[in-house]
Amino acid sequence: MAANKPRSSSFSRNFSAASNAVSNTPGLKHGPNGTMFLSSGIPDLDKMLGGGLALGSLVMVMEDPEAPHHMLLLRNFMAQGLVHHQPLIYASPAKDPRGFLGTLPNPMASKDDKARSHDTEQEKGLRIAWQYKKYFGEQNSDSHRDSKSEYSSEFDLRKPLERHFFNGQNIDCISLKDSADLAAFHDRCSSFLSQTPRNNGNVTSARIAVQSLCSPQCEFSNKEWEMLSFVRSLKSVIRLSNAVAVITFPPSLVSPAFSKRLQHLADTLVSVKAIPDEDKELAKLLTGYQDMVGLLSVHKVARINTQVPAILEATTFSMKLQKRRSLILECLNQAPVDGSSGTSYASSGSCSGSSKTGTLDF
Amino acid sequence: MTSAPPLNLLDEALGFLSGGGGGGGRMILVEDCVETTGAFILHHLLKRSLSPHSSDVVVFLSFAHPFSHYDRILRKMGCNLVMQRDNKRLLFFDMLMLDRLDRDKGKTSADLLLALYGKVQKAVEVCSSPVDTRRITIIIDDVSLMEVDANGSTNLVLDFLHYCCSLTAQFGCSLITLNHDDVYSTMDRPTLLLQLEYLADVVIKVEPLVTGPATDVHGQLTVLNKGLQDGPGKSRNKVNNFQFRIKDSFVEYFYPGNRS
Repeated sequence: MAANKPRSSSFSRNFSAASNAVSNTPGLKHGPNGTMFLSSGIPDLDKMLGGGLALGSLVMVMEDPEAPHHMLLLRNFMAQGLVHHQPLIYASPAKDPRGFLGTLPNPMASKDDKARSHDTEQEKGLRIAWQYKKYFGEQNSDSHRDSKSEYSSEFDLRKPLERHFFNGQNIDCISLKDSADLAAFHDRCSSFLSQTPRNNGNVTSARIAVQSLCSPQCEFSNKEWEMLSFVRSLKSVIRLSNAVAVITFPPSLVSPAFSKRLQHLADTLVSVKAIPDEDKELAKLLTGYQDMVGLLSVHKVARINTQVPAILEATTFSMKLQKRRSLILECLNQAPVDGSSGTSYASSGSCSGSSKTGTLDF
Repeated sequence: MTSAPPLNLLDEALGFLSGGGGGGGRMILVEDCVETTGAFILHHLLKRSLSPHSSDVVVFLSFAHPFSHYDRILRKMGCNLVMQRDNKRLLFFDMLMLDRLDRDKGKTSADLLLALYGKVQKAVEVCSSPVDTRRITIIIDDVSLMEVDANGSTNLVLDFLHYCCSLTAQFGCSLITLNHDDVYSTMDRPTLLLQLEYLADVVIKVEPLVTGPATDVHGQLTVLNKGLQDGPGKSRNKVNNFQFRIKDSFVEYFYPGNRS
């Protein structure tokens, strides 16, 4: 019994050495409980998930059968990885998956654009004339902003990713259409991940993106147990390496029990949904309805090394294309909104949505 | 010597005694769903079994998480798993990677589960020599993943669990399993879940609040305790209902609306 007393305290300090190594690595940052985060490529999503996607976690995205919104998430996720020079596997049921790389968005160039768009809460607390803001920012949180912008970039969906990001990159594109079973794909993933060992002094992370795992184009799409054991073993491989996998799947095409099993396997579970174009009821209820392209719900947030669940303030967010080029996520605004809290779209001057603010019956 | 850990609502509902005893030779089934995980109950029971006041042994079959995950969580709760493993009080079978390696050698899932049971049985037999009266707890952290490993063969999993149940009768050890309730909700006759519920002495159901997630109430528990002995010849079922809030080092349990 006495032997149990002098156990090592729970305040362990030994990350400090590792953290120095990591803080130099672009695109990674420390989270709680010894986890590390990488960015999903959407700054708003990172913020919602408590910092980003935890290394070693499996992210599942439930697709909407009517709209390809999951592609938006995948594109940003992959582009962010390429910007940070992280190795990437992309698998899809398409015949030529490499073609998808041409549609990846380019990071937004101008810095003041970025500063303006997602620091809404700072503006709430302190309103400064717009043109003085850059001085304030430099004075106040220069280093902070620098590290932040390195961790996650904002992407311009209209511009394709520049060529030089692809040069010398470890990109593997796999068409799931060719392979009859998933064992080959799994072997490719695990050999790919074995090139990025975990406890290296110089931490490198990898990204795996799988699009529409259960789609009927794949030969294995009727072998549910095979897919499950693939996802399960992929998950265990990822857990022990420095990678994050994002898998999208269409829940409507598979049996409910199978879909539930996949959801249980996911560390982080997100679903996307299109919104109907002319839904008068919804348009009345939500501000900024015209700018929305869809809804994103967070069902589960990865809980690695902890038992405390993450309770989000809201679970459903609207996906908007700001100025038709950058993807942002916002809480659903149901109450009447004055100018102060709706900056990110009020200032964008959207041509159609300007009449929306204030016409709510609540 | 410190006093035994205080009982919380869950312990009372499970019928543990304040001296640290009680609850041997039973099967406990934890059912959870996507929105609210029931893993914290396993952590609690694991910590309870490994408390310094007893010399109980835990056989842990981990299908869902690696050892490091549990180690970190239990360390925050004040229980050092590495040391317990070195003391041979915790036997941790990491089924995350092991399975894959063995399968490459051409073994079927039936072989794998049989081999696994062999290991469990051996461990139990070694620990329960007639000299000492240490209680043994077998914890299986995700039965539905076991099903995946068995390639969907429910019978194999059921056989495995039946064998484990026979151990509880033979050696008086407890069996604690975690399964996901919602996976089976659309099935016509979910054999696995029904049989598990039939075999279990205690069924703990973990659900989210119907009103959605909240910061101060993380969900609710229903504990069905079957066959409580109320004196000779009398037995009854007891259902307890309460809510919980999970923290890093412990979990708060309270009756609805009664949070102090």
